[in-house]
Amino acid sequence: MTTAVLFDNVSRHFGAIRAVDRVNLAIAEGEFFAMLGPSGSGKTTCLRLLAGFEQPTGGHIEIFGETAEGVPPYRRSVNTVFQDYALFPHLSILENVAYGLMVKGIGREERRKAAEDALAMVKLPGYGGRRPGQLSGGQRQRVALARALVNKPKVLLLDEPLGALDLKLREQMQEELKSLQKSLGITFVFVTHDQGEALSMADRLAVFNDGRIQQLGTPEEVYNRPRTRFVADFVGSSNVLSAKLCQALGLNAAFASLRPEAVAIAPPMNGALSLSGTVASHSFLGATNRIVVDVGVDGARIAVASPAARGAPAIGSPVTLSFAAHDLHPMEDA
Amino acid sequence: MTIVADSFVVPERRGTAGRVSDFFWRHPHVLLAVLLGPPLIWLGIVYLGSLFALLLQSFFSIDEFSGLINYEFTLATYRQLLTEANLDIILRTVLMAALVTLASAVIAFPIAYYAARYARGKWKAVFYLAVMLPLWSSYLVKVYAWKLVLAKEGILTWFFAKLNLLWLLDAWLSLPIVGGNSLSISYTGTFIVFVYVWMPFMILPIQAALERVPATLIEASSDLGGTPAQTFRHVIFPLALPGIVAGSIFTFSLTLGDYIIPQIIGSSRLFIGQAVYAQQGTAGNIPLAAAFTVVPIVIMGAYLWMAKRMGAFDAL
Amino acid sequence: MRSEKSNRAPFGLKIAAAAGLAFMHLPILLIFLYAFTTEEKSYQFPPPGLTTQWFAVAWSRPDVWAALTLSVKVASIATAFALVLGTLCAAAVSQTRFFGRETISLLVILPIALPGIITGIALRSAFSIAEIPFSFWTIVLGHATFCIVVVYNNAVARFRRISGSLIEASMDLGADGFQTFRYVILPNIGTALLAGGMLAFALSFDEVIVTTFTAGQQSTLPIWMLEELIRPRQRPVTNVVAMVVVIVTFLPILGAYYLTRDGDQIAGASK
Repeated sequence: MTTAVLFDNVSRHFGAIRAVDRVNLAIAEGEFFAMLGPSGSGKTTCLRLLAGFEQPTGGHIEIFGETAEGVPPYRRSVNTVFQDYALFPHLSILENVAYGLMVKGIGREERRKAAEDALAMVKLPGYGGRRPGQLSGGQRQRVALARALVNKPKVLLLDEPLGALDLKLREQMQEELKSLQKSLGITFVFVTHDQGEALSMADRLAVFNDGRIQQLGTPEEVYNRPRTRFVADFVGSSNVLSAKLCQALGLNAAFASLRPEAVAIAPPMNGALSLSGTVASHSFLGATNRIVVDVGVDGARIAVASPAARGAPAIGSPVTLSFAAHDLHPMEDA
Repeated sequence: MTIVADSFVVPERRGTAGRVSDFFWRHPHVLLAVLLGPPLIWLGIVYLGSLFALLLQSFFSIDEFSGLINYEFTLATYRQLLTEANLDIILRTVLMAALVTLASAVIAFPIAYYAARYARGKWKAVFYLAVMLPLWSSYLVKVYAWKLVLAKEGILTWFFAKLNLLWLLDAWLSLPIVGGNSLSISYTGTFIVFVYVWMPFMILPIQAALERVPATLIEASSDLGGTPAQTFRHVIFPLALPGIVAGSIFTFSLTLGDYIIPQIIGSSRLFIGQAVYAQQGTAGNIPLAAAFTVVPIVIMGAYLWMAKRMGAFDAL
Repeated sequence: MRSEKSNRAPFGLKIAAAAGLAFMHLPILLIFLYAFTTEEKSYQFPPPGLTTQWFAVAWSRPDVWAALTLSVKVASIATAFALVLGTLCAAAVSQTRFFGRETISLLVILPIALPGIITGIALRSAFSIAEIPFSFWTIVLGHATFCIVVVYNNAVARFRRISGSLIEASMDLGADGFQTFRYVILPNIGTALLAGGMLAFALSFDEVIVTTFTAGQQSTLPIWMLEELIRPRQRPVTNVVAMVVVIVTFLPILGAYYLTRDGDQIAGASK
């Protein structure tokens, strides 16, 4: 498999601020890759390094085996869908989509046809004559997508493209983006702060914090086996068990993660681990109840995702928690 | 869709333009120099250079017999500047500028307040244009208009006569200092024209400052029991003050340097601008003229420093 | 109840605002009346009679035409210089980050923040030091110096409104610097530049203070008017010229207003 994007020890420092710090990363051709992290974690700077708007202060970037440093954005066969869409307000939708072809010197008729095809692909046929101001947020998002894809980029960069859309539209666009990516086979690099979005769309993802990659892997790996406490907190709100608590369970003294769904309020069976405590709070989340149990060791509290049908025990009542030892994943650092 | 990029790097297609563009992209400092160079040469060298050369001349003196400039460093010109007659001119000008600024603020405030608070939609545009048109219309025409208004046979006298108030006008003109033979050759006339010409510069900064006061703040004040007068005194006025100071930069500075208005409408006593004009022109004493220009520069420097401390620049 | 009450202006405020606006406009309206007066020797009010004969007299005056032509020429060329320099400066300040950006803004504003007489006398003494004879070009140089700020203010305000990602989007789609300027930046700042240019024209067209120092024997229309003000020769002609000047300066201001009204207000507060 060809490597589409390679980050070799890449840093981007702004004075004393280390926006991106010694990042190593390889993205395969045709992959749907997500960069996940809170704002200021360096994910957007990584995207800008790929687009060519920023230059690394250290390390080396390759795109399809070619050195990216020193190549201006307009010479990169990489296109971006901007967070605010950045549609040209003075141009019609068709002219917006055809812009990339126009500056490359493609003939008028040919680029009109290509732009119309691209608009049809994003389900906006016949919208070419309108202005960006006349479209809804979701429609603008599709135009931005068509405008980037019409250039047949080798890598498509998407900077929080669904951030401004409401929930329903966001879910719909997630599916469309995914199927579009599969049918076109273009490498997508997708930046988001929404862990649900990253988990549901990406083939693989990198979790960023403080300019560094905390964990790199498939959604399942990252979700089930968070490697650091940050990932455990940021992705899927896992319980973090302190070293002392693990010791009390008769395990190695190390921090470990435990997903709320892996815990049951029931007596332990066939060798499962168990903890007892009192219910501190509970809240109804629809399909499940989130029950927080005070286990009395080290002040630790453990969240349990319990099927709503089972009901929730009263606050203050004593409960026994049970979980399998293999659901407890030791983590690298505190 | 015919573009199929075989390589990640798109090849250069645009010849010289493309190469120049690449060069600028790789060397943003060169681009910055190209952009900033011409305006910096113009303003930084031609304009600031001229200003500097002028200030330098204030440290030379004029030879009283030959009338030629003596190019030797001396403070003699400044001693000459600080004679009583010249101090009189400076004091008169500063006093006038302060009064003009005060009157401008008083007249401008209601207009700005109405435009910021009550004018909506079409009326807002009407107000804006009603301020902009006089602001931008010809300075000389405005002065000329007042020559028509203040003339002895003009509209103002006619108006007073119609109201049988001529005695009031005459009483005012017979007062010392502010009076004179007619309005057009009195300090009163000079003052009115100064206010008329520079007051519009006060309106937009005050309006901008007032527009930044959220309506909820005023409602909060009255909700807490403030009477309209208290709300104005404790909420609106302090928040509008930076705008007033910003506007006063213009009214003050422009009055300070004007030499045409007091020449056309006013008594024969000089203002700073006239003194500068006379010294460089008929008297040919460039060093003294230069020293005179230092006065408004120093006053404005102090004024701007104070205004900056009050946050007035945000209202500009 | 309260909101209804607070939406109606107090009577006193209305009167004060209306009186202020009347104070600003009535004297200018008077100019229009006097252009038609039959009285030649004085500024008599009310005019003894009305006539249009002075328009014909003014029309046939070669000195008026010469002054008008010179003013238009000076204003056009000074505006052209100001457009180029002001746009360059605005582009540098708003599109790049560099040490001393604040100083540039101050430098651009200085020629109008300082009293005109200082700019005028500084340029005059510089010309005499450099032994440059007064000419058409010395007038243009002085005018362009204080016109830059008008173009600059308008352009900077508009640059601020172009979201930074538009320029990045253009480059991302393959447009190099020149193409981005031509296809994205210019169309977006075009009306602001036009508005700035119109205001610069209006500013130059009626400037008199700097001009008296940088003009030799030539007289622009404001210089012509100033001479008439100091030593009136034919008052009715001056009346007509004053009215024409009012109209000539109003048109670009109205034009600039309509070009920029959707967005930021024209940067007129700092004329």
